[in-house]
Amino acid sequence: MATNPETDLPPTNHDEARRSFLRQSSLLTALALVPGPVVHAASAELDETVAAAFEKMPLKLEINGKKYKFSVEPRTTLLDLLREQLHLTGTKKGCDYGQCGACTVHVDGQRVNSCLSFAVMHEGKKITTIEGLADGDKLHPMQEAFVKHDGFQCGYCTPGQIMSAVACVREGHADSEAEIREYMSGNICRCGAYANIVAAIQEVKQGGQKV
Amino acid sequence: MKAQNKQIGTPMNRVDGRLKVTGAATYSAEYQLPGLAYAVLVGSTIARGRVSSIDTRAAERAPGALAVITHFNAPKVPGFAKGQNPSQPPTAGQPLQVFQDDKVRFNDQPIAVVVADTYERARFAAGLVKAQYVQEKHQTDMTVGTRQAFQPTQARKNPKSPVADYQRGRADAYQTAPIKLEAEYIIPTEVHHPIELQAVTAHWEAPDRLTLYDKTQGTIRTRNDFAKEWNLPEANVKVIATFVGGAFGNGLHSWPHESAAIMAAKQVNRPVKLVLSREQMFTMVGYRPYTWQKIGMSATPDGKITALTHEATGQTSTYEEFTESTVQQSRMMYAAPNVNTRYRLAALDVSTPIWMRGPGEATGAFALESAMDEMAHQLRLDPLEFRLRNYADQDPENGRPWSTKFLKECYQMGAERIGWSKRPLTPGTLRDGDWLVGYGMGVGTFGAHRSKAQTSARLLPTGTVLLQCATTDIGPGTGTAMTQIAADTLGLPPEKIRFELGNSQFPTAPTQGGSSTVNSVGAAVQEACLALRDKLRQLAAASNSAFAVAQKEDVVLADGYLALTGNPAARANYADLVRQPDDALVTVESKPSEEQKKYSMYSFSVHFAKVRVQPLTGEVRVSKLVSCADAGTIVNLKTAANQMKGGAVGGIGMALMEAATIDNRFGRYITKDLADYHVPVHADAPAVEVLFVNQPDPHVNALGTKGIGEIAIIGVAPAIANAVFNATGKRIRELPITPDKLI
Repeated sequence: MATNPETDLPPTNHDEARRSFLRQSSLLTALALVPGPVVHAASAELDETVAAAFEKMPLKLEINGKKYKFSVEPRTTLLDLLREQLHLTGTKKGCDYGQCGACTVHVDGQRVNSCLSFAVMHEGKKITTIEGLADGDKLHPMQEAFVKHDGFQCGYCTPGQIMSAVACVREGHADSEAEIREYMSGNICRCGAYANIVAAIQEVKQGGQKV
Repeated sequence: MKAQNKQIGTPMNRVDGRLKVTGAATYSAEYQLPGLAYAVLVGSTIARGRVSSIDTRAAERAPGALAVITHFNAPKVPGFAKGQNPSQPPTAGQPLQVFQDDKVRFNDQPIAVVVADTYERARFAAGLVKAQYVQEKHQTDMTVGTRQAFQPTQARKNPKSPVADYQRGRADAYQTAPIKLEAEYIIPTEVHHPIELQAVTAHWEAPDRLTLYDKTQGTIRTRNDFAKEWNLPEANVKVIATFVGGAFGNGLHSWPHESAAIMAAKQVNRPVKLVLSREQMFTMVGYRPYTWQKIGMSATPDGKITALTHEATGQTSTYEEFTESTVQQSRMMYAAPNVNTRYRLAALDVSTPIWMRGPGEATGAFALESAMDEMAHQLRLDPLEFRLRNYADQDPENGRPWSTKFLKECYQMGAERIGWSKRPLTPGTLRDGDWLVGYGMGVGTFGAHRSKAQTSARLLPTGTVLLQCATTDIGPGTGTAMTQIAADTLGLPPEKIRFELGNSQFPTAPTQGGSSTVNSVGAAVQEACLALRDKLRQLAAASNSAFAVAQKEDVVLADGYLALTGNPAARANYADLVRQPDDALVTVESKPSEEQKKYSMYSFSVHFAKVRVQPLTGEVRVSKLVSCADAGTIVNLKTAANQMKGGAVGGIGMALMEAATIDNRFGRYITKDLADYHVPVHADAPAVEVLFVNQPDPHVNALGTKGIGEIAIIGVAPAIANAVFNATGKRIRELPITPDKLI
């Protein structure tokens, strides 16, 4: 659901449900203008579904160069939107608390823990995930370097490490091994491939390729 | 075909590297299934007692909610009804039968599962479930548990059990010796915490056909467990684990969340995905047990160990007896005449532990190798020299020869690389500015295990050879190593090999654990390739007499055709060879030989650590680690070195950071996430230098491998603890070595 490019926008199921509901109930439409009663209605078990319909919000995002328009619950994290609704499962869930870095994506070029931000906070922003890093079949230099230096074992933290590594170089925080270690410390690799990850980042930095 | 290794021993890039760096590798929570529903578990808030009531009304009415399952309404599980949970316990007891009774055995025990159409809705609804309890007094304190320790059932029943008491010479002989030490060591509970959260997607494809996309280390073990649990033929249960995002042991047991997801999928008649939260990873999928140990040791003034006693008590649950080989290294590492070991359990109101990397051996090595350092210090001997004076040239436990042992070579290489000669004999005397500097070493060993394994090999019309095996790859690079083995065995480039794994419908393989995959599956891959070549030669011989008389070794599988070395005219194309689809298919089962029983087969490692300690703050930084391994043939230098480095990082966590702490008043973990439970990050990981002896072991298998995964971590924590002692003169016997213990 909700994966329609902006150019072609049939209503999503949730939009439909919401509209038909609005048509059917002017009384409840009035309730929507008064958040208090809606909350009250929900807690009084009147109709949680009613509340749920009202709680959806429109959202526009550009993800990996493609424009999307959604209707999402405000409580949906950017991470869960990517993984569960767009099936962009390269972005990983490792803790849901911003402690492991597996969910790192770029928002307008900045690295962000996507589990720690609600999708609706990024209205109109450009998101890049691991799936958007390569240029078609040609791997990004950081991806190439991770393969060459074996900067992973199980591979689960890897997309987050790579997104963070690219940002680390772009930020100018990859000038020494010590600096890389410090600025990559938000990305945990439980397999312990740290030395290889640092070697990969150093090679990309020293190679001077555009990242 | 000439036996020449072109791929084995090279640092080949991983065959699945591209999938991993592009996000295209699919883990168990990432399968798109039509109608997928989401399940969230609700855990108990008490540690012991009974659930008297559960109010699920609000959860059931929540938007999108599809089902709320508790012990009041759980569907009948036929395997449970037989009285035993078929999820085989490690040794004794009965695994938790989720939602089958009102009993609470530990805090955060699953008491309900909520299913909804989206993840957010399932999570919200789960928060609406309210339980009432009749609370009973719980016991989660190991200091109490240790006093009530008991001998494992398995050991009581069978004196030859590996966890039974062991004795050679006199027991506790150290007590009456003039030069002796006696010391207690503690390892707290540690949690595997792979970065991938434990996840399962359960899909009943038909009322009697179940597919699980599961984070498991053994597709066959998981299949068998759930086939029994649901009373299904094994063939009707399919387990997929193509990619496993780390496990370190917690995929070696079937757990309640898997049963819960299967039940939920049955109930809502849709595929159901269940992903544990990071908090639930502390309570629902095992951990390294809190272990108390005592070492008694005596020695002669010139450094010969005369007696060694190793006692250990490990934590387990009240419903399963989890055992491990905590005291094994003390039986066979050093040539002492009087050795005895005692292994006990303490049952607490906690969930069941499970092997965590290096398992009991890593726990045991912390005590033994710390004590070795303590005794060397007492004797004013270099700890390396002390170990050499007690080197075991044959296995002192049973008198058998080692299949291979190159530990002395490891000592030598490692000592040189770390700069052991700079280690001061007197602790606390080496400084680098404000920091104290110290060196330490620790030895590791783990059995070179091999089990029977099957693999199939098929020549495809494209000339590629497709191999299939049910084994998994939790990170070591199994697919890559197998590709190299197959390429060399068949004389093909690695691009012409495709190795598929992680599917229970492929030929049977043991669970990935205990450093045994290359020993077992590697041998099966090699034998399958040889069998395929022979089968193709026989097919060719039917129409071409040159193949009939040819030596096996001269048959070459080239790019889609069979040829003979030294006879360019002889050639059989795929179409000539393969008339029926399965003509070019073989499936072999590879087994260890009886001859192996004549030998003691172990991998060995030694780790050297250099640490810096800030005396004012008590901060410890590991500045260098050198890890040397005698692990037989190294199939892939790149992935093997990576595994060793990873083990070293795990050892840093063990030594300096990791501790899951229970507030015993409530029987509840106060460490609930990765901000409380510290694991090493980039800034904590030093340069790790890895050295391999790389000498084949002729007895484990034809490849000469012995296994790496466990010895990578066994011995690392004591190496660091010993280095801290060398730097500061402070002996820390309770891990982790946090700053408060040094100031």
